[in-house]
Amino acid sequence: MNQMNNFTKGFIKENPVFVLLLGMCPTLGVTSSAINGLGMGLATTFVLVMANIVVSMVKNFIPDKVRIPSFIVIIATFVTIVELVMKGYLPALFDSLGLFIPLIVVNCVVLGRAEAFASKNNLLSSLIDGLGMGLGFAFALTLLGGVREFLGAGTIFNMTVYPEKYGMLLFILAPGAFIALGYLIAIINHFRKA
Amino acid sequence: MAKKESSLKNMLIALFSVTFIASASLGLVENATRGAIAEAARIKQEKAIKAVLPEFDKLGDAFMVKPKSGPDSLEVFPAYKGSEVVGMAIKTYTNSGFSGHISVMAGFKPDGTISGYSVLEHKETPGLGTKMVTWFRDATKAKQNVIGKNPGNINLTVSKDGGDVDAITAATISSRAFLDALQRAYDSVKDIDASTMKGGSK
Repeated sequence: MNQMNNFTKGFIKENPVFVLLLGMCPTLGVTSSAINGLGMGLATTFVLVMANIVVSMVKNFIPDKVRIPSFIVIIATFVTIVELVMKGYLPALFDSLGLFIPLIVVNCVVLGRAEAFASKNNLLSSLIDGLGMGLGFAFALTLLGGVREFLGAGTIFNMTVYPEKYGMLLFILAPGAFIALGYLIAIINHFRKA
Repeated sequence: MAKKESSLKNMLIALFSVTFIASASLGLVENATRGAIAEAARIKQEKAIKAVLPEFDKLGDAFMVKPKSGPDSLEVFPAYKGSEVVGMAIKTYTNSGFSGHISVMAGFKPDGTISGYSVLEHKETPGLGTKMVTWFRDATKAKQNVIGKNPGNINLTVSKDGGDVDAITAATISSRAFLDALQRAYDSVKDIDASTMKGGSK
């Protein structure tokens, strides 16, 4: 039951984007379409899960004073692996996310979970926490990307819903990211408190 | 197992092992993906060349030309059908896009007519500048279509600047930049004598 709770808390109760407000840089930067949001979310999920697993395994070998640099190196390693694999096997996705993939290193969701959770819990809990948080992050990014794509270009996952000329371009541009995110946070918090 | 205390020795050992294992595993992954990454880049380039040229059998060796304007050399890919040159694809660029660098693959027939283009890389505004990917090849709109036109005969600048091409609505800067890249490509290939490249040698 406890593990189940570990897993589901990332979706609504402690959603990294809507509740913890962590990782805002990729959240606002890449969510110009649903597919970009999903791709970024899944890449981050992979890094989160792997980093959480490794950090929880090595936590006792790493002295407290050097834990942050060690965690960053571990995270950066997995980010680079994602980057290389994506470049080789998913070049189209890499083209649209390119710049933001290396930035997963400094995504505070990843370091935050390593520091606040994985360095204090066992392997299984850390794995589940990483998976839950990662999928929660992916869910939030996909939702935000979907809303912006729908309002801005009239499509969802590149499927046309209404003609593009009626779209509000603002939502594809940077200000639209802030506006859409603000409203989504308000809605999620309304239901969370209810 | 108890947590290691933060003595100098323990810290050194921990940091060294972490970085050592990290670099070793990265080396392995790089080794494993190197082929796939090179292959993906090659396929992308080949696709872009195919998209901008009339039908051809094989590509000749690529070579570099120095453009009259701009510091960087451009890469030219001649295409042959039998032993005859049917076109040249040229990888051109501009640095005057709304968000900087734009890289374009442009195709020219031997007489200098534009046979196609494909935008390889850009950072233009989604919904505005990004329209250049299709805007300049809309065959139904003669004033914005550049395909089939010869930059030797028309003025390859936006109509706002007195040219013969309609700019993208609300994205004049991106349009100017795109046409700048095309013009640079044309200036670089127009002096290459296609007949001297017969048979795939140069």
